[in-house]
Amino acid sequence: MILTEDLRRTFRRRGAVVEAVRGISLRVERGELVAVLGPNGAGKSTLLRMLTTLLAPTSGSARVAGVDVVADPTGVRRRIGYVGQGNAGGHNHRVLDELVTQGALYGQTRAAARRRAGELMETLDLRGLERRTVSSLSGGQRRRMDVAIGLMHHPELLFLDEPTTGMDPQARANLWEHITALRAATDTTVVLTTHYLEEADAMAERIVVVDHGEVIADAGSDDLRARHAEDRIVLEVERPAEVVALLGEGSVAGARVELRLADAARRMPGMLARLDRAGVAVHAAHLHEASLDDVFLALTGRSLREEGAAA
Amino acid sequence: MSVTVAVRPETDTVPTGFVRDTVTIFLREFQLVLRDPFSLIFSLLQPLVFLGLFAPLLAGSLSADQLGGESPLTWFLPGVVVMIALFGTGSTGANLLYELMTGSYERVLATPVSRPAILVGRALKELAPLVVQAVIITLAALPFGVTFSPAGVAVGLAILGVFGVGLGALSYALGLASRNREWLFWGVQQTLIFPLLILSGMMLPLESGPAWMQAAATVNPLTYVVNAERAAFTGALTDPAILHGAIAAALTCALGLIVGVRAVLRSAG
Repeated sequence: MILTEDLRRTFRRRGAVVEAVRGISLRVERGELVAVLGPNGAGKSTLLRMLTTLLAPTSGSARVAGVDVVADPTGVRRRIGYVGQGNAGGHNHRVLDELVTQGALYGQTRAAARRRAGELMETLDLRGLERRTVSSLSGGQRRRMDVAIGLMHHPELLFLDEPTTGMDPQARANLWEHITALRAATDTTVVLTTHYLEEADAMAERIVVVDHGEVIADAGSDDLRARHAEDRIVLEVERPAEVVALLGEGSVAGARVELRLADAARRMPGMLARLDRAGVAVHAAHLHEASLDDVFLALTGRSLREEGAAA
Repeated sequence: MSVTVAVRPETDTVPTGFVRDTVTIFLREFQLVLRDPFSLIFSLLQPLVFLGLFAPLLAGSLSADQLGGESPLTWFLPGVVVMIALFGTGSTGANLLYELMTGSYERVLATPVSRPAILVGRALKELAPLVVQAVIITLAALPFGVTFSPAGVAVGLAILGVFGVGLGALSYALGLASRNREWLFWGVQQTLIFPLLILSGMMLPLESGPAWMQAAATVNPLTYVVNAERAAFTGALTDPAILHGAIAAALTCALGLIVGVRAVLRSAG
């Protein structure tokens, strides 16, 4: 569905050349849900804007929905849906008017556009808002309307740029329900950017980690964790040194034993049983499973969470 | 490597293109007027204000001689129509500034819409009230003994429409260039629009002005449009001023579309 080769984009800012995307080669199959994860300024949006023809690549190539973004941008635009970071609807326009206009821009007749708009307003919980102006909608309603606008022409591929940024947790979960339902019903390929770790972790089947304009990891979230970060088990025991000797791994930290290992959740019960058989009393056992933030930390030496908070 | 794409059978779609997209964009903008007709009512009052407050002063301070032998109203009212078009289409880019900030401009760019259609559709929206305004002016002038030729008014509006699309596109390009800097848009717009207006002889005749102003007027495309409107409104459709005005309007339109489309194509970055 998407195939890019060494895609690059540079900007000139005050005389200096900024490389926003530095040679990204990516392949996305039909029906995948891919999250592009990275800190602000990593090049996620620039990548997305090239794939949606809003920005021409400086070099490299990209085929999206089977069409080259440089040779036939209009062909790409026909096949994809795009939900940008801003609000799609004009703030003074009415909700239904904007949906029908969107359909018309893709060649739908007014009647067909009205039908489709009705369908989407039903599935995206926007019923009753037809005649409201966009500016009077709540943040969550507005975002669902953005998605409705992006879906008016039945795109086979949907791009979402930071779809849930700034939303409260409930509205975020609600939007995700809709996206999940959409995929279940239509097999639409979805590519989204996010800097929310939990979101990428919980929702995407595949995570592409981008930093400084490059893909630094690309796998399922479990795979990423297994490959790039370790789980941690911390045991509170009487004689830590003895326990380390017994287990043959781990290190002493005060009255605790700390172990770094993979697949800790599966290994912990056996470990505890062994200590029990050896007559060692364990007062408490803490399990810290590696998070995507640990993955990011391992890959870049920086924490994504702190960067997100600082931005 | 080849990727095959399953094309969905779309039975209820029609081919899009410049004309259809222009209509779609025009309707999108015009909907705002229809949904909130008060703005339209006020814009209709505008020509009447000029008719009531400016024309009497003009009549008192200028002789028919200075106006080329015409009555003040016959001379003045076509200028008012041009002025309304000038301010209307000149602000096309201002409406865009807000959409640039909120994201709906980007959404339109992500659709397969024809790029020139975005410019023309928006400029036509600013021009649409002009038709009604011109009718009102024509009717309001009747009690003062001034009769405009309906066919002439129609020709005049056509020329003005072509000019307005060009000016609207230039305004749009200015809007894109001053993204996130609203003051820049208005600063540049006002700096340009008033000299253009005064140096076209729209409100006051330039015949009594210094030679340099008259010289400046000859390179101002708006001068030719204003002269064409004056000739057209009186029904003098064979007057060469109409041809000159049409040429000036066409050149403005072509320049506006070239500059405007280039701005749209570069704006996405």
